[in-house]
Amino acid sequence: MEIETIVKVGIAECKIVKTPQFIRTSGLGSCVGVVIYDTTTKIAGMVHVMLPDSSLARTSSFNFYKYADTGVMQLVHDLQKLGVITLNMRAKIAGGSQMFSFTNGSSDIMRIGPRNVEAVKETLEELQIPIVSSDYGGNNGRTIEFNPNNGILMIKTVNKGISYI
Amino acid sequence: MNHNHSLNELDILKELGNIGAGNAATALSQLLNKEINMNVPMAKVVNFNEMMELIGGSERPVAAVFLRMEGEITGSLFFVLSLEDATRLINHLIPDRDLHVGNLPSHELGLSALQELGNIVSAHYLTALSECIGMIVTPSVPQVTIDMVGAIVMTGLLEISQVSDHAIFIDTELIETAEKQLEKAKGHFFLVPNPDSFEKILKALGAR
Repeated sequence: MEIETIVKVGIAECKIVKTPQFIRTSGLGSCVGVVIYDTTTKIAGMVHVMLPDSSLARTSSFNFYKYADTGVMQLVHDLQKLGVITLNMRAKIAGGSQMFSFTNGSSDIMRIGPRNVEAVKETLEELQIPIVSSDYGGNNGRTIEFNPNNGILMIKTVNKGISYI
Repeated sequence: MNHNHSLNELDILKELGNIGAGNAATALSQLLNKEINMNVPMAKVVNFNEMMELIGGSERPVAAVFLRMEGEITGSLFFVLSLEDATRLINHLIPDRDLHVGNLPSHELGLSALQELGNIVSAHYLTALSECIGMIVTPSVPQVTIDMVGAIVMTGLLEISQVSDHAIFIDTELIETAEKQLEKAKGHFFLVPNPDSFEKILKALGAR
């Protein structure tokens, strides 16, 4: 029997697991953690995106997983390569908070959390992957952990405890 | 951003950390009427995940005062304390028997005391830095929060992340030097200059 392990996903990274493995990313602030999973094969992928739009990239070669649009797109491709059918894919998302609110000047960059969430939602809609549940926004950090066996996403916060979606 | 900075350039940044935090340590010492020391600063070019390791894992709960540097030099400055140390420092400033680590996040007066403390020490840090490089650096209104350190520090990386996968990270630790106490409070300054500011700093100091 395989041993339960937790696979960690870093910032601007993407990993894929199969039950009995869990997949986790920690300290999401304005970043968004996107889980795309398939309950029939019990395979799940998670990407930790930082910025909304890959057109913000100022170099021609860039890390796809850093941006919401290309990150979600690439995760779906990665899953397809493993035989997961797009029709079976479901998504759960968390993060995208605004840790601080500054009134002057660079408010655009401070709003990056909500913009990340919007970009993730738009890309998922384009790919026709339904979002089953989500926990985003607010002004707090989140650590998330997904169990591909039952499709439950655990969300841990410092001030509001643990919840499951 | 070129991230093959020479040792000499990183040494210059270490020295900036030294000067800034030294001045802040003096201010903190006067404010708390305690002796405060500092460790040799660390200056590194790191990718975002390496930075999370350096700050103790992105999930670690901390109390942080964050301010943006504005003016000729831009970037972010964080004053970061463990929840235990934050509680102890606040209790030293405004003694309150009801304040403990558990209710710190909802203790408004305590948080506002911490914000003010962070404001004062950070302002001293930036004044020293500004004088050293001969450029105007003004602090934004400071913000205080209790949350995961990774989620907090990422706010200071957003601007950099649009141009690079690496950031320059200057970490200086302040330590309370109470001889009789077993528990010594520690605080960290994390300075993250924006990429173009880094070049300006080096130019100003004659390293470019």
